[in-house]
Amino acid sequence: MTTLAFAILLAACMVAYALNRRAATGLRDGGQRLHSVSGYHGLFALLMILVPVLVVILLWLVLQGAVVNRLVMSSLPEGTLDGLGKGQVDLILAEIQSIAGGRVFGEPEVWKIAAAERFSGLLQSAALGLVLVTALLSLAIMFFARSKVSAEFRARQGAERIISGLMIFCSVIAIFTTVGIVASLAFETVKFLKLVPLTDFLFGTSWEPQIPIRADQVAAEGAFGWLPVIVGTIVITIVAIVIAIPIGLLSAIYLNEFAPKPVRSVCKPILEVLAGVPTVVYGFFAILVVAPAIRSLGAAWGIDVAPNTALAAGGVMGIMLVPFISSFADDALSAVPRALRDGALALGATRAETVMNVLFPAAIPGIVGGVLLAVSRAIGETMIVVMAAGLMANLTLNPLESVTTVTVQIVTLLIGDTSFDNPKTLAAFALGMMLFIVTLIINIFALRIVRKYREAYD
Amino acid sequence: MDDLRVVTRDIDTHATKISAKNVQVYYGETHAIKDVNVEIKEHTVTAFIGPSGCGKSTFLRSINRMNDTIDICRVEGDILIDGQDIYDRNIDPVQLRARVGMVFQKPNPFPKSIYDNVAYGPKIHGLARTKAELDEIVEKSLRRGAIWDEVKDRLHAPGTGLSGGQQQRLCIARAVATEPDVLLMDEPCSALDPIATAQVEELIDQLRESYTVVIVTHSMQQAARVSQKTAFFHLGSLVEYGNTDEIFTNPKDSRTESYISGRIG
Repeated sequence: MTTLAFAILLAACMVAYALNRRAATGLRDGGQRLHSVSGYHGLFALLMILVPVLVVILLWLVLQGAVVNRLVMSSLPEGTLDGLGKGQVDLILAEIQSIAGGRVFGEPEVWKIAAAERFSGLLQSAALGLVLVTALLSLAIMFFARSKVSAEFRARQGAERIISGLMIFCSVIAIFTTVGIVASLAFETVKFLKLVPLTDFLFGTSWEPQIPIRADQVAAEGAFGWLPVIVGTIVITIVAIVIAIPIGLLSAIYLNEFAPKPVRSVCKPILEVLAGVPTVVYGFFAILVVAPAIRSLGAAWGIDVAPNTALAAGGVMGIMLVPFISSFADDALSAVPRALRDGALALGATRAETVMNVLFPAAIPGIVGGVLLAVSRAIGETMIVVMAAGLMANLTLNPLESVTTVTVQIVTLLIGDTSFDNPKTLAAFALGMMLFIVTLIINIFALRIVRKYREAYD
Repeated sequence: MDDLRVVTRDIDTHATKISAKNVQVYYGETHAIKDVNVEIKEHTVTAFIGPSGCGKSTFLRSINRMNDTIDICRVEGDILIDGQDIYDRNIDPVQLRARVGMVFQKPNPFPKSIYDNVAYGPKIHGLARTKAELDEIVEKSLRRGAIWDEVKDRLHAPGTGLSGGQQQRLCIARAVATEPDVLLMDEPCSALDPIATAQVEELIDQLRESYTVVIVTHSMQQAARVSQKTAFFHLGSLVEYGNTDEIFTNPKDSRTESYISGRIG
């Protein structure tokens, strides 16, 4: 029945388009000067039907279930639900729904069967109602739109207004999604902060979230200071960025400015393949190759290196980020006008001087964009860190020790048995919130840099 | 073309600055410049004219080896500046370009301040030892570019914020700051309005005192106004080369005559 409603809508749209278009063409052929081309008259009718009727159908589908449930439950015999908790009421509703769906378990009470029949009856009439409403509404709007067709009618402006409304709606969706995400995080974070004081969370230097979930479990007392976790994240991110930025930028500069065509045509695709390697594979590389190499190197120099190190994880992550930075930088350098390049070369600048003094400053906004993306990826990266850096929250700046990151901790907090009134679980949301705030600050900071250079260079 | 005001300007010297012998330029398979022989005099403004795509810009760009930056471009024959072959193995194109400055069709100031734009060349070539010397070079160059009075109060404002005509004069100042012997100009006024064009043309005439100027132009009036020597290119060949007044009043080749009177182009 729902499909039928959509089919009616589609048909109505097409008919209305054709009707209005033909009417407008008729007017024109009759010698009148139309304000809008006849196609716009058709488009206006189409949009006039499509938008409101689609909204009605979707609202109907969303609300139908809740309304039907409520009607069924309120028509149960007096006193059936007295004294029952919310869970039990939901259970009865689910039972009625499954009976209506033909899945009967055991011998249900008579009133349940009656309710199930009423349930299916209501659903059927709801579906019928939907089709009827769709058809009537479409027809009504079709006649309204048809009556609008005249030489003076500004169909183009009408259609454009509807389309721009649609575009505004689409862009608002992204904003509202962001607001929703922040709100859901904030809600759980507030719950967490009721259990653990904010000062303990922000300034505590110990992170031991493995507290007992049930009373009979034996576990540590628990400590929720986020400093070791965020410091671990920062250490790994810095290692990754310190490796990724020079390699990425220099390879971009080489490929863009110095590489002969054959080299470029081979190297660039290979570099882009790197971007497509799943992070788990990087994790294997880190744990099987890089970490042992660092360890044996450390042993050779007499330095004590942990088996899981921030250096291994950050280093491999840096390699992972190279293609990001290099492809952004490559695009930014290519976008610098040829005239600037020629200008510098004509002054007797060498290629290197041209790149460093002229192309690079002009490409800064694009390069900062790439670096920013890389930083966000590094902060948000989980898999490599889980595999190569470990899970232990050590408060240390030494990249040769095992550290953990915010995202890894969120994962470990949320796997296994969890209950949502427990500080261990809620801590994940608090960490998520902090991660969100940190990346937001980095974003704002980077945007400012980009804007500053834009002002100076455009 | 009755409005051609041919200004007869004396050529001060007869010394040859640039001499091209049997120059051929190829873009891949395309033979863009065919067998060009030309002797360009010192302290003279020489104009290259000709219809679009006739190779005048290509030839200009081979004089400071800017064509080297195009992969598929190949230059044959000899181009000598002060008797030295610039395509010789021992010649470093970077040093050559410091001696042979170039101004482009579209003003292309760097995204830096006015001061840094002009100071860039002297800096990379180490022409100034102290900040004071550099300041002096910048001021001298901006005066040469006839733009000093307009920008002296905002030397540290971005060069890209100037008007089109000012930007072009800034680019000329930038080019002369490296103290070249030769100044190549590739349609320097084509993006400018008439007033800015007049300013730049006036400037070109002054520059003749210190430099050998070669200018590519689409405007025959401009060639007539600023140059003493004119070379007419057609389909990659140098058709006619001579004193500007002779080329415009009494061309020897029928193709030159047709172009000047507007029949081909």
